[in-house]
Amino acid sequence: MVSSILPLTLKDAVVRKGGVQIVGPVEFALEGGGCSVLIGPNGAGKTTLLRLMHGLEKARSGSVSWNGTQKDVRLRQSFVFQTPVVMRRTVRENIAYPLLVRGRHKKEALVEADRWIDEVGLSASGHKEAHILSGGERQKLALARAMITDPDVLFLDEPTTNLDGASTQEIEALILRAKADGVRIIMATHDFGQSRRLGDEILFLYRGQIHERGQVEDFFDHPTTEEARTFIDGDILV
Amino acid sequence: MNDLLAGLISAFHLIVTLDHDLVEISLRSLQVTVTAVVIAAAIGLPFGAWLSVTRFRFRRIAIAVLNALMGLPPVVVGLVVYILLSRSGPFGVFNLLFTPTAMIIAQVIIVTPIIASLSHQAIRELWYLYHDLLISLNTSKWQRMKALLWDGRRSLLTATLTGFGRAIGEIGAIMIVGGNIDHLTRVLTTAIALEVGKGDFPLAIGLGIVLITLAIAINLAIHILSRTEREGRW
Repeated sequence: MVSSILPLTLKDAVVRKGGVQIVGPVEFALEGGGCSVLIGPNGAGKTTLLRLMHGLEKARSGSVSWNGTQKDVRLRQSFVFQTPVVMRRTVRENIAYPLLVRGRHKKEALVEADRWIDEVGLSASGHKEAHILSGGERQKLALARAMITDPDVLFLDEPTTNLDGASTQEIEALILRAKADGVRIIMATHDFGQSRRLGDEILFLYRGQIHERGQVEDFFDHPTTEEARTFIDGDILV
Repeated sequence: MNDLLAGLISAFHLIVTLDHDLVEISLRSLQVTVTAVVIAAAIGLPFGAWLSVTRFRFRRIAIAVLNALMGLPPVVVGLVVYILLSRSGPFGVFNLLFTPTAMIIAQVIIVTPIIASLSHQAIRELWYLYHDLLISLNTSKWQRMKALLWDGRRSLLTATLTGFGRAIGEIGAIMIVGGNIDHLTRVLTTAIALEVGKGDFPLAIGLGIVLITLAIAINLAIHILSRTEREGRW
């Protein structure tokens, strides 16, 4: 499926905070299909770039444009945060919430939420207060809440940080399933293994700029920039 | 010490015999306070939420003023409401002075800033947690306020009960605008002041114990009904 709100095009986009340039200028386009992975050292601007693409940050200069009206574009993308935001509600109410704000009837939204609860393996916790969930379960909740609106594009900000191996495996399986269903994935991660397992292409970010972009195997096997090579080799990149 | 003991005995006697005057005064106290708190909550809670999710030019000043209004002197409020409702005042035609309605108006003015300010503080913290999610979900300002008010309901209950505590123990303003008229505007606090003035300390202490018991009972009842502090609940 080719997402109709794509391509996403960034032209000389710059994000500044407190007088410091966090991202940019960046210029690239993302077409439909697959999984693009933003990779780079701490402070490279991965999260800010994801937030810029999603519309949570504003470009100080340059532009971020989608194929569609502003409202349509916002409604057809979802974001999973590094630290899942858990609302003070039950698990099923958390997952149903995006449908409620889109005007769906509560009963209908909860039925749909129950389907996603089963899908992500939280069946035993559906009626429990969400705050009692473990880290991995919270991330599953966040994924189900992101997927319930049937998005064209899914942004994931280091979705398995601080999770154990089993939880990471379960989350990755859900991401792969979304990808197989045609959802365009754009994710940030530190994890090289995860980039290989989930990604189709890599965007290597360093000091707020895209230093290299390529297919996963090409990037890891034949990096073309010195910074990327240093990063892949595990050396300290200052 | 003797007065305290006599007060306890007096309170016990008043309650056990369901003293007619005590019941009337207590019910009026509750009627005035609950009405005032409901109105103040209807204004203060949404206002606190709105203040949390809205950015405008003089927001910080507005918050500072709101916090300062928490300490509004009841006597001054009473005086202003008295002037406004007196025959020569702008609202004199409504004949509200020395009625329970005047007492409710004064209490709403005193309690609304308390509820609004405390709810703003509670919701501001929740907004900090929810901000990115609610923006990401493309929610309207009304939907954000609704989500924050609902999910913060237990903190907001505490804010409302704080307002209730302030209102039920209030005397300065309601004495001025109510006048402490027997069978019309006399409430527990004004009755206590009257009995102290008459030198009937046992009865005053008895009424005081009833007032405290009533305030605690209302708080407990609301907490039990809203099922706060239950395991696994916010």
